[in-house]
Amino acid sequence: MTDPTVSTVAIRGCNIKLMRGGSGPPLLFLHGAGGAGAWLPVMQALAEKFDVLVPEHPSFGESDTPDWLDTIHDLAYFYLDFLDELGLDDVHLVGVSLGGWLAAEIAVRNTSRLASLTLASAAGLYVNGVEQIDTFLLTDEQRIRAFFHDQTCADEMIARQRPELEDVAMKNRVATAKLTWQPRGYDPHLAKWLHRIDVPTLLIWGADDRLFPPQHAAAYREHIPGARAVIIPECGHVAHVEKAAVFASELKNFIGSLRMAS
Amino acid sequence: MKFFNFHLMPYRHVDLDAIERNGSAWVTFSNRHYDASRGAELYHEYLDQMELADRLGFDGVCLNEHHQTPYGMMPIPGVLAGALTRSVKRAKIAILGRALPLLNNPLMVAEEYAMLDNLSRGRFIAGFVRGIGAEYHAMGINPVLSQERFSEAHDLIVRAWTEPGPFVYAGKHYHFNYVNPWPRPYQDPHPPIWIPSQGSSSTIRWAAAMRYTYCQTLSPIAVVARFFQMYRDEAERAGYQASPDQLAWSNTIYVAETDEKAMHEARPHLEALVNRLLKMPTEMLLPPGYTNIESMKRVRAAKVTGKTTSIEELVKTGVVIVGSPGTVREKLAEYQDLAGFNTSLTKTQFGTLPADMVRANMTAIAEEILPHFRDRLPQGVRQAAE
Repeated sequence: MTDPTVSTVAIRGCNIKLMRGGSGPPLLFLHGAGGAGAWLPVMQALAEKFDVLVPEHPSFGESDTPDWLDTIHDLAYFYLDFLDELGLDDVHLVGVSLGGWLAAEIAVRNTSRLASLTLASAAGLYVNGVEQIDTFLLTDEQRIRAFFHDQTCADEMIARQRPELEDVAMKNRVATAKLTWQPRGYDPHLAKWLHRIDVPTLLIWGADDRLFPPQHAAAYREHIPGARAVIIPECGHVAHVEKAAVFASELKNFIGSLRMAS
Repeated sequence: MKFFNFHLMPYRHVDLDAIERNGSAWVTFSNRHYDASRGAELYHEYLDQMELADRLGFDGVCLNEHHQTPYGMMPIPGVLAGALTRSVKRAKIAILGRALPLLNNPLMVAEEYAMLDNLSRGRFIAGFVRGIGAEYHAMGINPVLSQERFSEAHDLIVRAWTEPGPFVYAGKHYHFNYVNPWPRPYQDPHPPIWIPSQGSSSTIRWAAAMRYTYCQTLSPIAVVARFFQMYRDEAERAGYQASPDQLAWSNTIYVAETDEKAMHEARPHLEALVNRLLKMPTEMLLPPGYTNIESMKRVRAAKVTGKTTSIEELVKTGVVIVGSPGTVREKLAEYQDLAGFNTSLTKTQFGTLPADMVRANMTAIAEEILPHFRDRLPQGVRQAAE
């Protein structure tokens, strides 16, 4: 197992933390509301085939909190700058949850540096009539439980919580509230522009996602030309943690099939 | 000292056990528990009490704003203030206050308050607040933007009152090509501005710098005294000496013939207020970004939202004053001297307290307490020099 390198990258004066590991085509992994945190097993699995880049979004974790960050759109433009700055091409863009929404917002703006798009358990769309949990009314423990289908996974994550990480957790909560409070985790204008996404797109969802249930995957599939959906059974919102091996192999198969086709 | 009759206008017929089962009286507590015929009666009962306060010699009446809760039935306090401008003949009318960040058009508060100031011929007091955390859940406003929306809305309203219109306003959250409200306020340059707060140091600093009257909400008297001292210190830093008229203590007073009787009578109604109507989980009270991370950690560590409080604790810590006329006079004088305020914002109705008891309480306060404090200023070292 190779450890990732951890560095600070400055993009137009904003310093962010970047974890990077593995080799192969570039894969940019955009984290969700909990921040980038640790180098996860899923990242390790992907690093066998890809040059995996996991930046920590501005306003999250160890990254700067810039004055200009007000909406998810600001973050999307920031990452377009990030791709330019690092000179990355043919990037496989992967986003989970909040990061999935962000990936979609990036892709509707510009896909010229992208080879593919993967949205996992993504926020971003409102689906009429689908009940969603209000995570802002849950305690930390209730929220973690709501993430998982298998509650033993939740037990493990709860056991890993440390009081010394409270400041970072609260910083992440504030950043998440800023980006998602109203409208609650979606952009009412996003669906209008999803047709612009012209790279192969994969949707990965847990069948038992209670934050953004699989109807959200269906909504994305309806609007993104040619998008394919994989619904993982017995899996909650954080599929990349709860079913890391399945998640990684679905992603590798998807990208592998593209390379064979080309 | 000046006395204002502060009303929360609770839906006092609420099923207290249903609140307990729901875990909160706010946001998620279903409005199927509201009965309109009883609610309509309550509005009139409470307006009658405000009018009684005027006749009894209270210096003012206060309303406030809360949303989607039986804790208070005043989502739009201006409606009731408008009714009172015609029936409250003498006393001031204060809204303490409207929650500015919840508004997508704060210019409407400039208009509403100017109307009230005209209708009351200059008896109106303009309160501005951020609203409590639950309001951000209830009204779909981003709590992270609370401070900056408050600050921008305040600036817009004061400019709308003081600068000849029309002018252009281009802020971050609010944009107007024409700021030109009719009517203009009756008072010159505008109604007095009062700022209620739970004790945020940045709010105290700002209110002192602006010379706005600062109102401390529901807190033990020792904490009130500390915040009021902070205000006086900030005023000195801003280059002036704060008057006790700039400090208002928001309290609850209940008077009966003896201490025992007063405690016995007030207990269920006061405990319904603090343990049921105020009940909400920390996540509801403090959404992310509503306060800075340090304050958030302090409140979370204190676990303030889960506790049950008895009337004995509320009396002992000086959150409320309950007792015989003699006891109430003694406590109030002691607290006035300790904290150095010259306005008492007094809830005479609280929780489930029914109309006949409110009337008796108000009458006792008017007869037994008010006359003794009419010309009383805070005594001792804390009093500001002339």
